[in-house]
Amino acid sequence: MKTLNQTKTVEFTRIYALGASRGHQTVTNDDVAGPIDSSDEWIRQRTGIVTRVRADKEQSLLDMAVEASNEAIKKSGISPSEIGTVILATITFPYQTPSGASLLAEKVGAHGAAAYDISAACAGYCYGIAQADALVRAGTSKYVLVVGGEKLSDFVDPADRSISFLLGDGAGAAIVGPSDHPGISRSVWGSDGANWDKVGMTSSILDFRDGKAEWPTLVQEGQSVFRWAVWEMAKVAKQALAESGLEASDLSALVTHQANMRIIDELAKQLELPDSVVVAKDIVDTGNTSAASIPLAMHRLLAEGKVKSGGYALEIGFGAGLAFAAQVVELP
Amino acid sequence: MALSQADVLAGLAELVNDETGIATDAVQMDKSFTDDLDIDSISMMTIVVNAEDKFSVKIPDEEVKNLITVADAVNFITAAQA
Repeated sequence: MKTLNQTKTVEFTRIYALGASRGHQTVTNDDVAGPIDSSDEWIRQRTGIVTRVRADKEQSLLDMAVEASNEAIKKSGISPSEIGTVILATITFPYQTPSGASLLAEKVGAHGAAAYDISAACAGYCYGIAQADALVRAGTSKYVLVVGGEKLSDFVDPADRSISFLLGDGAGAAIVGPSDHPGISRSVWGSDGANWDKVGMTSSILDFRDGKAEWPTLVQEGQSVFRWAVWEMAKVAKQALAESGLEASDLSALVTHQANMRIIDELAKQLELPDSVVVAKDIVDTGNTSAASIPLAMHRLLAEGKVKSGGYALEIGFGAGLAFAAQVVELP
Repeated sequence: MALSQADVLAGLAELVNDETGIATDAVQMDKSFTDDLDIDSISMMTIVVNAEDKFSVKIPDEEVKNLITVADAVNFITAAQA
């Protein structure tokens, strides 16, 4: 009897390179303060945000995803034709179907690659890295392009005081491929559907179609999300670190979802990191870019020389779902 | 053993001081967290979580919005301990 061919697995994976693209417009706190009856000082104090970047009218989600991907592909040294899978983590691609990923694959030269979008909001990029790691190790794809990209400004209500004023636009990309040494630890991921309504949209698109609701925009229950994002995510981050076999002192950086500076600061405090660990704070002038925020923040730490290639970063994404994912990665 | 209201108030005042720097003696029963003590929603939640630890009680999210004054919090914690 013949036996089935099954792909030989790859032992290790790593991130080869990152790419970044940010919205072209810089939006100040004064620009967003009026409709929420607020001020620059109030926004800075509660969020740590000084400015956020937003796409201009000519700049689409796909434009930013392509720009970030092209940089990651070029830096990785691989040919786009070698990419076997393209994963786009986003909640703002404006079509229910087809996926943004299949168009992205075509635009970056990954013709014929498997391509799909994932909806895990601010955890989406780390979900994507978890999947890319599994796909490469399983031998399904040699290289995987993971992009976290959002044009959140299409889904904000200027008068919303819960989340809209935090949000920015951008895309971050990573190439994941085989490695001769461990470069991505086992991902700790999950969701909490009991709190499905804590972050999300003001209504469904069906209610909008039927005239029962305004255009859906993002909204959150800030206090509940803050508690979950800090104290529950501290447990997840500690678990991811334990899975990696490293100690906090072995890390070069903590790269959390750039949700709100108060969350980042309190989460870092709960993790009791030594001073040697750089805490990514891209949120100050980029804002909260949901799925894009972790690769954008990591890309910036590398570009500014605050961390070095080969160091380890604990990355943790968390948001609507409530969905979360964390892993330790070797910095590309 | 459950703490008295005075003990809970003193403990809560320390937590408020840790989070915000507000003097402990300014944390009095009739003060509103928001209007009098100028504590924002995120600091309030940090105080709530630390109070859960300190007093070994559970303060659900939906209860937090009912804690308008210091007395509301002290009474809730005292009752939850009982």
